[in-house]
Amino acid sequence: MAALAEFLPYILSGVTWTLGLVAGGLAIGFVIGILMAIGQVYGSEEIKGFIHAYVWFFRSLPLLVLLFLFYWGVFPATGFKLDPLACSIVVLGLRSGAYQSQIFRGAILSLGDAQLLAARALGMNRLRAILHIVLPQALRISMPGWSNEYAIMIKDSAITFALGVLEILTRTRYVVMATHEPLIPYFFAGGLFIVMTYAGSKIVNVVYERTKIPGLVGRL
Amino acid sequence: MLGGFEMADGEVVLKVEDLHKSYAGVKVLNGVSFEIDRGQIKVICGPSGSGKSTLLRCLNLLTNPDKGRVWLEGQEITDQIRDVNKVRQKIGFVFQEFNLFNHLTALRNVSIALEIVKKMKKEDARDLALKELKRVNLEEDAHKYPAELSGGQKQRVAIARALAMNPVIMFYDEPTSALDPHLIGEVLDVMKKLAQEKLTSLVVTHEIGFARSVADEIMFMGDGTILEQGPPNEIIENPKHEMVKQFFKRISELYRRDGQ
Repeated sequence: MAALAEFLPYILSGVTWTLGLVAGGLAIGFVIGILMAIGQVYGSEEIKGFIHAYVWFFRSLPLLVLLFLFYWGVFPATGFKLDPLACSIVVLGLRSGAYQSQIFRGAILSLGDAQLLAARALGMNRLRAILHIVLPQALRISMPGWSNEYAIMIKDSAITFALGVLEILTRTRYVVMATHEPLIPYFFAGGLFIVMTYAGSKIVNVVYERTKIPGLVGRL
Repeated sequence: MLGGFEMADGEVVLKVEDLHKSYAGVKVLNGVSFEIDRGQIKVICGPSGSGKSTLLRCLNLLTNPDKGRVWLEGQEITDQIRDVNKVRQKIGFVFQEFNLFNHLTALRNVSIALEIVKKMKKEDARDLALKELKRVNLEEDAHKYPAELSGGQKQRVAIARALAMNPVIMFYDEPTSALDPHLIGEVLDVMKKLAQEKLTSLVVTHEIGFARSVADEIMFMGDGTILEQGPPNEIIENPKHEMVKQFFKRISELYRRDGQ
C-alpha cells in the first residue's frame, strides 16, 4: 500500500501528457475541421469529393488501426520520423478533423445563406464574408457538439498507450505491473479521466454562455 | 456625403437592356429593359413569380443573367471584366427578410462593411454608422442585437447598413412584406424620407400608397417582362393590360376591406 502511494504521483503526472495529446489533437482537428467544413459547403465538386473521402476514411477505421497504420506504415514510408507522442497527436488530430468538420458543417448549413447574401451585396468578397459573418456564428452554434468532441478525445487519447506514450493509462499499467495491485491504480486513472471530462465540458459551457448572442434563444 | 446627387437631372444611373434569366429551363426574365435617372424612384409591382426579385438580383450580380446588358453610371457591369465587389458597393440592397448579421449589434451591422470593404478606420466607421442609424431614427438602439429589435427596427437597420456605403442607387426587395402590419409604417416613412432626399431607388413593393405618393413611375411585371409602365396614377387607375387591371382591382378590394 505504501508503495502504491508513491506511485500515484507518477500516474498523476500523466495528466500533462494526456492534456497535451488532447490539446494538440483538438487544435489540429480544429484547423482541419474548419477548412474542410468551409470546403464542403462552399467548395467545388472536386473539393467536396476529396473531403467526403477523407471523412469517410477517418471515420471508418478504428483509432488503434489508424495509430499503427501511421506509426508503422504511412510515416516511415513517407520519410517522416515521428516519435510516438508526435505521431499520436497527428493521428488524433487528423481523425478529429474528420469529426469536427461535420460539426462545423452542420452549423454553417443551419445558418442559411441570407446573411452571406447580405454580406456579398455590401461588396464583401466570399472569403471575408465567411470569415466575418459565417464563422463567428457557426463557431457559437458548434460549441455543444464541440464539447462532446473534447470528451471523446480525452477518452480516445488513452489508446495511445499502444505506442507507449506516457499518458495516464500507460503509466497506470506500469504501476500495476510493478505493484501487482490493479484496483486502486485503475480507479485512480478512471477518476482522473472523469475530472478532466467534467471540467472540460464545464469550461466549454461557461464560454458558450459568455458568448451567447443577446436576445437570441434556442438555436444560438 | 451624398456625392453625386448634385449632378444634373436626367443623367441615367441604371440602364438595363433585354435581360434574360432562366432557372432549370423556366424563363423567369424574358427580356426586361428600362432606365432610371438620377433622383428617380421607380416601383416594380407584379404577381409573385413574375421575376421581380430575380430582376433585382441580376442587377447587382448576385445572380448572373443569361443574356442582356446592364450599365451603372454609364459603365457596363455585365461585361465579365468588372469587379463584382466594386459594383455591389455602389448598390444598396434591402432584403425582404432584413438579412441582418445576427452576431453583431445594430451599430456593427452598419459599420462592419465600412471597415472591411471600404477600409475605413474603426472610429470613422463607427461615427458614420451612428449617423446613418440616426437617419433611420435608431440611434438609441445602436447597441442592441438584431434579436432584440422588432421587425420594423431590423429593416431600418438594414436600410442604414445599405445607406452607409453611400450607394448611387438603392434596391428594395419587398421591404415590408415580412413585417407585421403595425410596423410597416415606420419603414415606409424612412423610405419616403430618402425618396424626398432624391436617393435614386428601385423598389419592389405592393404598397400602393407608397407608390402613389413617392414613385415617379410604376413598372408592372408579369411573365418575366414589363407589361406596362408609367406614372403611378395612370397605372393604378387606368391600366390597359388585363393582368394589370386584375391585379390592382384585387389590391384595391383588399384595401377597402381593411379600411372598414
